[in-house]
Amino acid sequence: MKLNERSVAHYATCDSPTDHAGFLRKRVERHHHHAHHHHATSYQRRWFVLKGNLLFYFEERESREPMGLVVLEGCTVELCEAAEEFAFAIRFDDAGARAYVLVADGQAAMEAWVKAISRASFDYMRLVVRELEKQLEEACKSLAACRNSPRRSSSSGRKRHLSNPALQPLQEKPAVLENGYSTWGSGGGVPGGATCPDRDGGHAKPPPLPPRRRSAAGSAAVSPAMPESPVSPDTACFSKLHSWYGQEIVVLRREWQERQKRGHP
Amino acid sequence: MRYNERELLSLARQPAEKAAEILMRLPKKGSVLKKRLVKLVVNFLFYFRTDESEPIGALLLEHCRIAKEEENVFSISFIEEPERKYCFECDSEEQCREWIEALKRASYEFMRRSLIFYRNEIQKMTGKDPLEQFGISEEARFQLGTRK
Repeated sequence: MKLNERSVAHYATCDSPTDHAGFLRKRVERHHHHAHHHHATSYQRRWFVLKGNLLFYFEERESREPMGLVVLEGCTVELCEAAEEFAFAIRFDDAGARAYVLVADGQAAMEAWVKAISRASFDYMRLVVRELEKQLEEACKSLAACRNSPRRSSSSGRKRHLSNPALQPLQEKPAVLENGYSTWGSGGGVPGGATCPDRDGGHAKPPPLPPRRRSAAGSAAVSPAMPESPVSPDTACFSKLHSWYGQEIVVLRREWQERQKRGHP
Repeated sequence: MRYNERELLSLARQPAEKAAEILMRLPKKGSVLKKRLVKLVVNFLFYFRTDESEPIGALLLEHCRIAKEEENVFSISFIEEPERKYCFECDSEEQCREWIEALKRASYEFMRRSLIFYRNEIQKMTGKDPLEQFGISEEARFQLGTRK
C-alpha cells in the first residue's frame, strides 16, 4: 500500500506542535525463523517525536528525516515485563501484530510517555473537542440568559461570533488557509461586563464514550464501549473517562512498584 | 521510512467518516481519472480499487490543502509540494462541497486548533479553564500558540 511518505516525513520535521519528544531505547525485533536463536535482546537509542496520533523515530536527534513511524490509532500502551526497567509496550489488537517495546530513561520519563501515547488518538482528541464545544454552547446560553434582563442588547449577533470560525467557513471568518494553518482573527470575545453566576460543571447530556478500539470491528467514530470496559456508554461522562485513564496508570504503576519490591533479578 | 502498515490496513477496514466511489487522479504525469472507493478514517484518506478490500494507497491528511478546482472537482495537495495535486471528480457539486468540508476538518491539527479556540473562549467567558477539571491543562498538545 502506498503512503504519501514525502509529505508524512515533512510533517514529522516541520514546525507544527510536538506533543512529546525524547530519547527512548527501542527493542530490536528479530524474526523468529532465524536459524540460530539468540536470546539476547538488544536495544537501539532513537529520538522519538510524538505528533498527534503519529509517533516518529529518528536515528539521531539531528536527523533530517524520520527512520520510521508508528501510527498510534487503536493502540494500547502498557508497562512491560521486559528485563529492562522503565520499559513499556505499544500493542495493537491484531493477533499477529508486533509490539513496540520502548525503554525510557527513568520513571518520570516513562510515565510521561505512557500518558502522552495513551492520549494520542484522534478519537480522544475528537472527544475532548466535542466536549468543549458543548461547554461553550452552554456557557453562551447561560450568558445569554444573564443578559436577558435590564438591558436589551442584541446578544444574538454576538453569539454567532463565539462559534468556531473554522467550522463555518461560509460565514464571517476566513476558511483554513492554503498552508494548512488558519488565523482566528478576533474570534469574537464577549465584551466585559456582567459576569454570570458560577455554573455547576454539570453536563446536560454526557458525551458518548469513545471505544478503546479493542478490535478491528471498533468504530472510528464514537461507539459503545466494549463489554470489558468499566465505563458504560449510558453512564459515561467525560470526567469518568479521565479518571478511568488516570486510575489505569495508577494501577499499572502500583503493580510495577510491587514487582520491584518483590525483587528484580 | 518504515511504518506499521499492518495497523494502517486495519485502520482502513474501520467504519469510515465518509466513503464514496469517486473518480481519482494521481499527481503523476499522464495519470488518468480512475474510479476508486475513497474512504476517510480519522486523519487518513484511503483509496481502493472498487472491487478490492485492501487499499492501494493512503494519504495522511496533515498540512494539506483542500481546494475546489473546476466543476465537481476538488484537489488535495501538500504544503511542501503545492503543485502535486490529487484530483477527485465527484458526481455533483453538493458531493464535492461535502467532501471538501469533511476533509478540511479531518486533520489532527485542525482539531487541536479547535480545541485551543474553545478552551480560550470558555476561559474568557467563565474565567475557568475547562481542561483543568480533567487534569490535562498542562499537556503540550493543548497549549496556545505553536511550539517546536
